[in-house]
Amino acid sequence: MTPVEFANKYDLEILSVGEGETREIRGIYCCDLLSLVMGRAKEDDAFFTVMANVNTIAVGVLADVACVVLCEGIRPDELTLQRAKEQDVTLLLSQKDSFRTALDLWKELQR
Amino acid sequence: MSMLNLTYEVDGDDFTRAGEASSAVKKRLRSLGISPEAIRKVAIALYEGEINMVIHANGGRIDVSVDPDKITMTLKDTGKGIADIEKAMQEGYSTAPDEVRNLGFGAGMGLPNMKKYSDHMEIDSTVGVGTTVYMEVYL
Repeated sequence: MTPVEFANKYDLEILSVGEGETREIRGIYCCDLLSLVMGRAKEDDAFFTVMANVNTIAVGVLADVACVVLCEGIRPDELTLQRAKEQDVTLLLSQKDSFRTALDLWKELQR
Repeated sequence: MSMLNLTYEVDGDDFTRAGEASSAVKKRLRSLGISPEAIRKVAIALYEGEINMVIHANGGRIDVSVDPDKITMTLKDTGKGIADIEKAMQEGYSTAPDEVRNLGFGAGMGLPNMKKYSDHMEIDSTVGVGTTVYMEVYL
């Protein structure tokens, strides 16, 4: 499933589309401590967090995740959004918490 | 003679710009056709180094050279230095201030991640003089 397919099916807002129409999500990683995310998120994971600052985008780029999913309706500031677009990072926004949002994706990945 | 040499100055004042050098290196390596796995290792190791320079050393300089068999990264700063390198290498040990922790960093994973993602790493640090971290990723 691609990030855009996931967003459309579960009503997430697409803040930045990046490569979200073509890239396949292969795993899930949930964490708010960016230091841990850097070392532990895998390439092509969907990364779920409430940490909506510009460094979240940098971590997303460098760890090469398939998409960043901001949860609990926490919106990024303008700089963060701009950076996501510049760097082609797929950035989604969910109103649900990390667990429930990730659970929806998990079910899809089990199909 | 290396295939490619890159140099970046890391701005110590601006936490929001941390990652620019690593992202730029990543793009250049992609254009050279380096394997995604090696690029990911370089990007993570460099970004952690960049963040460390911003948090602890008021910036510094990054040199990256690409050879057919390896990528070499040298991160040099003139910051306060590392008093106890062995301790700094332990996961969870951190001297980062609270404002950095509030951004999601400072969990004591920087140097351990750099060690984990590079194939070879050396640290040369003198308190009050600065730190040089040397890392290699084999191709």
